[in-house]
Amino acid sequence: MKSLKFMKKHLLGIENLTPDEIMTIIETAEALKEITQRDIKKVPTLRGKTIALLFFEPSTRTRVSFEIAAKWMSADTISLTSSGSSIAKGETFLDTTKNIEAMKPDVIVVRHSVSGFPHFISKKVRIPVINAGDGAHEHPTQALLDLLTVKEKKGRIDGLTVTIIGDITHSRVARSDIFAFTKMGSEVRVAGPMTMIPPGIERMGAKVFYDVKEAVKGADVIIMLRLQLERQGGLFFSTLREYSKFFGLSPSLLNEAKEDVIIMHPGPINRGVEISTEVADGPYSVILDQVTNGIAIRMAVLYLLCTGGKFEVTD
Amino acid sequence: MKLLIKNGRLIDPANNLDGFYDLIIEDGLVKEIKPKGLIKDTDAESIDAGGMIVCPGFIDMHVHLREPGFEYKETVETGTFAAVNGGFTSVVCMANTNPVNDNASVTKYILDKSREKAYCNVYPVGALSKGLKGEELAEYGELREGGCVALSDDGRAIINSRFMRRAMEYARTFGLPVISHCEDTNLSNGGLMNEGYLSTRLGLRGIPKISESIMVFRDICISELTGCHLHIAHVSTQESVELIRYAKSKGLPVTAETAPHYFCLTEKAVIEYNTYAKVNPPLRTDEDVDAIKEALKDGTIDVIATDHAPHSIQEKDVEFEAAASGISGLETALPLSLTLVREGYLTIRELIEKFTTNPARILRIPEGSLSPGSVANIVVFDPEVEWTIERDKFKSLGKNTPFHGCKVRGKALYTIVKGRIVYEDRKG
Repeated sequence: MKSLKFMKKHLLGIENLTPDEIMTIIETAEALKEITQRDIKKVPTLRGKTIALLFFEPSTRTRVSFEIAAKWMSADTISLTSSGSSIAKGETFLDTTKNIEAMKPDVIVVRHSVSGFPHFISKKVRIPVINAGDGAHEHPTQALLDLLTVKEKKGRIDGLTVTIIGDITHSRVARSDIFAFTKMGSEVRVAGPMTMIPPGIERMGAKVFYDVKEAVKGADVIIMLRLQLERQGGLFFSTLREYSKFFGLSPSLLNEAKEDVIIMHPGPINRGVEISTEVADGPYSVILDQVTNGIAIRMAVLYLLCTGGKFEVTD
Repeated sequence: MKLLIKNGRLIDPANNLDGFYDLIIEDGLVKEIKPKGLIKDTDAESIDAGGMIVCPGFIDMHVHLREPGFEYKETVETGTFAAVNGGFTSVVCMANTNPVNDNASVTKYILDKSREKAYCNVYPVGALSKGLKGEELAEYGELREGGCVALSDDGRAIINSRFMRRAMEYARTFGLPVISHCEDTNLSNGGLMNEGYLSTRLGLRGIPKISESIMVFRDICISELTGCHLHIAHVSTQESVELIRYAKSKGLPVTAETAPHYFCLTEKAVIEYNTYAKVNPPLRTDEDVDAIKEALKDGTIDVIATDHAPHSIQEKDVEFEAAASGISGLETALPLSLTLVREGYLTIRELIEKFTTNPARILRIPEGSLSPGSVANIVVFDPEVEWTIERDKFKSLGKNTPFHGCKVRGKALYTIVKGRIVYEDRKG
């Protein structure tokens, strides 16, 4: 038996996690992943616990993933979005959150379009807060599921070369991935047009490339970021056609990477923009494995934060 | 009605006085200054200023009094009460009220309110453009007649360079200085903090330093073309400092101010999404702080003004993006600025000049000296007394300070406006 411990109250970001804490979550997820393969996917682990899902910004994948993770562990969930709530009537986000807290959930999972929102409410509520994505800041469970996927496919994380391509400036996934992979010993590269590479990103531990071909040379892992189409006209790139030609992932570009490279994408993908259909559906793509692993990671995170941070695994 | 201030170190830069002098006030005017102990007037009320500094009352040439229109943030009464608590005897209030102070009837409202409620002297700034829209010139001649001492759209940047040129030509016609909020809003583009590694790490949109310096240079060019006195508000960057230094070396009519938070804090204050450190222009880096201190030392920056920007708690106790920008500065300016003296950047006399003679000269107002016969606007402060900044004790309605809980040294103990003690620190 091995005892895993996670003593933080909240999961607000990867930045303030230690490598040991990250490994605790991943190993917990690896143990819980078995449940996702059962015929009857229900364990009583979190029976009687209530998880509040506050999604003040639209989300499909992350919200559904948290919901399934909670339900498979027999927790109850309450789900709230901006449009169908009192936010639409002018209530502040903080007041909505405090009202939900007064209904006594055990954990709050929150997504918001502004950076720092989960940090703000974590100082205002008494229960654990899980960041499900805040503005352009962090998306810790996405980075954790990326780590789990890489560990599963490669057997290790340290010593790998991980290339992240796309709109780094507006990406919370990129920031959390940079923190996560550098903490676990990978070399992280970021690539894209200079308009999409934020200042000072090198100080976070990433190497900057403007030439995607150079950036994928020898890469073990390529993470493509979704091009937010509404950015067109924001002076970040000229046309989708040109973006796709110079910064999209095509089969020919893959030849520059390691032979056993894996391709990841946090979704939703724009086929033919940042990633070609051949690559997205091709043999190197692990995009759908990421989605499944997302449930395991969220089960692990909910479990650790609901039960005081201890998990026993049989070696 | 007589008041004798004795035993203090009296510093009056306008008259080149620095030493132990006693000062007597009669009927609201400075009557006489004599070496310590030489004024024998037994029927005068007296203040023992032993160990303290006696100097002209401070002038804050950049204050948002918020009235009319935003009385929940601040009023003429509360803002000027905060001012005298901080040692200021005059405040210059910006035009971004509602309605905007872009015509003499609003100026009259502010001055009437001041006569009725204010603890200190109030000098309004008129708007450069109608409604602060940057499109049509406001009535500068009438604003001057009504009592405005300068023109500014502060809070809003003038983007249209042709407008700025015409505004400065028209302002020069009436002999009014233009106070410019230098910001290329296309570059700052809704940014929330200084652009750099920290903004990237926090995922907050950044405001590049050039969004300020580009406009500083543009306005210097327009000042050179028009001969209009340009005063650059709230300088926050090294590059702006260099440009202002260049303008002064050419002998252009350019002056500048900075605020205590730009030499006491850096962008690091916003870590943890601290909305109390959200301000525009944003807090910058260590290099900028050093450059601003050097600029205060060599005279490139003439004035310390607070950019007192009071906000209600509910405008600050929200997510960072939604939070209002600004710092309530009147009640912390003196101790924060005294750090410049302790660090050797300024002498105490030079510091007093930045708070008195320099703003008075720029605005051409009859303030900032202790000349016999002048109106007695005086502050008596203890430069050493240690105290802790507590926002709940502010007289301002704006409790928004990033310095809450900081231990500081230096406090105004008596503030005298027109010969009357309007503020006294009873714990003294």
